[in-house]
Amino acid sequence: MKFLRKQLDGIEHNFEKGGKWEKYYFAYEAFATFLFVPNKTTADKGVQIRDAIDMKRLMMTVVIAMLPCLLFGMWNVGHQHFLAQGMFEATMSEKLWIGTIKVVPIIAVSYIVGLGIEFLFATLRRHPVNEGFLVTGMLIPLVMPADIPLWQVAIATAFAVIIGKEAFGGTGMNVVNVALTARAFLYFAYPTDISGEVWTYLGDGAKTVAGYSGATPLSVASGSVGSSVADLNSFGSSWGADGLYSFSNMFFGFIPGSVGETSTLMCLLGGAILIITGVGSWKIIFSVFAGAFGMGLLLNMLGTNPFSQMPAHYHLVMGGLAFGAVFMATDPVTATHTETGKWFYGALIGMFTVLIRSFNPAYPEGIMLAILLMNVFAPLIDYFVVNANKKRRLQRATV
Amino acid sequence: MSTATVEKEVVKVKKAEPLFSKKNKKLITNPLDIDNPITVQVLGVCSALAVTTQMKPAFVMALALTVVTASSNGIISLLRNTIPSRIRIIVQLAIVSLWVIMVDQLLKAYVYEIWKQLSVFVGLIITNCIVMGRLEAFAMGNKPGPSVLDGLGNGFGYGMILLIVAFFRELFGGGSIFGFKVFEAMGIHYQGNGLLLLPAGACIVVGIVIWIQRSMNGYRETH
Repeated sequence: MKFLRKQLDGIEHNFEKGGKWEKYYFAYEAFATFLFVPNKTTADKGVQIRDAIDMKRLMMTVVIAMLPCLLFGMWNVGHQHFLAQGMFEATMSEKLWIGTIKVVPIIAVSYIVGLGIEFLFATLRRHPVNEGFLVTGMLIPLVMPADIPLWQVAIATAFAVIIGKEAFGGTGMNVVNVALTARAFLYFAYPTDISGEVWTYLGDGAKTVAGYSGATPLSVASGSVGSSVADLNSFGSSWGADGLYSFSNMFFGFIPGSVGETSTLMCLLGGAILIITGVGSWKIIFSVFAGAFGMGLLLNMLGTNPFSQMPAHYHLVMGGLAFGAVFMATDPVTATHTETGKWFYGALIGMFTVLIRSFNPAYPEGIMLAILLMNVFAPLIDYFVVNANKKRRLQRATV
Repeated sequence: MSTATVEKEVVKVKKAEPLFSKKNKKLITNPLDIDNPITVQVLGVCSALAVTTQMKPAFVMALALTVVTASSNGIISLLRNTIPSRIRIIVQLAIVSLWVIMVDQLLKAYVYEIWKQLSVFVGLIITNCIVMGRLEAFAMGNKPGPSVLDGLGNGFGYGMILLIVAFFRELFGGGSIFGFKVFEAMGIHYQGNGLLLLPAGACIVVGIVIWIQRSMNGYRETH
């Protein structure tokens, strides 16, 4: 520790005003404060009392809340890998190992590219490096398939940080969720690598077991002509993975999908951490689920196609709804800021998700597009809520 | 009233500036940068998004618009003192559509394949805001010479952005330039970026061009 401190003190004068690396002061400062507590105190005048929760701690809380999803996701990557090859006797550590070698590189690429761009812009614009990317960098790997080419992760991350965030002014100024921008970019730029049957990592030359199909629950359900529940329950029996898409399996997350989103249980666990620490809004999380469930019930009554007759509670455990509700929709920057608005915002996300799932054959999953759409509408919702409040108070006022 | 206008014209004639005076040269150069129809005035964006998936149609479209803007600017400017201001828009439309139909027929006759790719967008030049805007803002109040220059300048400004956008869209979306497979020729396998081929991709490219242009010109948002 002392050695590090000495090194930093030794080079610090280069970065101060007039030093030869003056331009890179903020890059230096970010490293220094990452290693040591800064020795700055508040000014003599002004606010003296500060909350201990700053942006770094806020972001770390979200990252910790994502750990259950990440660890489970890594195991599940291996689990699906062996399942697809009919190797049912693979051990826990073997599965975790497969997951680790597939997922860790994605995380590394996402962080290196994203933080690199953050440092670049901070240096160019002469402002401190923000911690905003800590969460985004972890969210991006969790919404990718395990088999995604790494160069695509790099391009998507760069696109999301530059176009989604820096173009609007940096951390806290973005209109749409940065991690979802990365995913949407890949979805439209290289659809063959992030949609269809790409969710299970197989490896070079690996043979799938006879009768195997890589279809996801959502594509099975949307493609079914009779009862979607019966189709889901019978899926996998052709290759010995009976009940792969049963309700409980989908709830616990033993299904193929993006790395971190398969397990509804783990997402709820993360959600609980966010709610207890006060970082995420329970109103948004609850109303997304409620909106999806309500829309599911409504479609049950209308019953226009076999997919919409699927019981409403199935929608809550399929696809990325839970992950999106807990980690994406609650993003404090892009969500609505008014408390009343959060109910509308969340409910509309849930409703749009189920609507897109049921009626748009091109997009079997709707949560990504639903959240991006509502991100754009969030300021409008806030506007109406604020105006309604003004009206209410004006009525009370005696002028 | 009439004597006043006559007097004004006399004053103008006295100056008798050459066609390529400093002021008139600006009519060509301004639309290329600080007064660009697409990136600064944000006009004609619809066609800029629609025809820029490949460079060939973008080039032909830019050419067509330049011809239409320059020639209708010239004609309107010749007629400007005889057009009653109440019906000026419909007169302008008639003249613009004359040129558009001529260009459309020419394209159909000589570059049929590209004409098919451009589809309605040549016809839609009639309603293109750049053409109408230049007629209203410039040709109605200036002499034919400068008006033609102004039309050419705006056509070039439009065409420049079209070609820049089309260059990036075709190169990174389809891996080619003017239909020539660049990456294949270099022996690199290139996976085309589908987003750039969508109109949304064009919107992003135009946005980046505006971003670069503004930071080079030191643009600041005024509050």
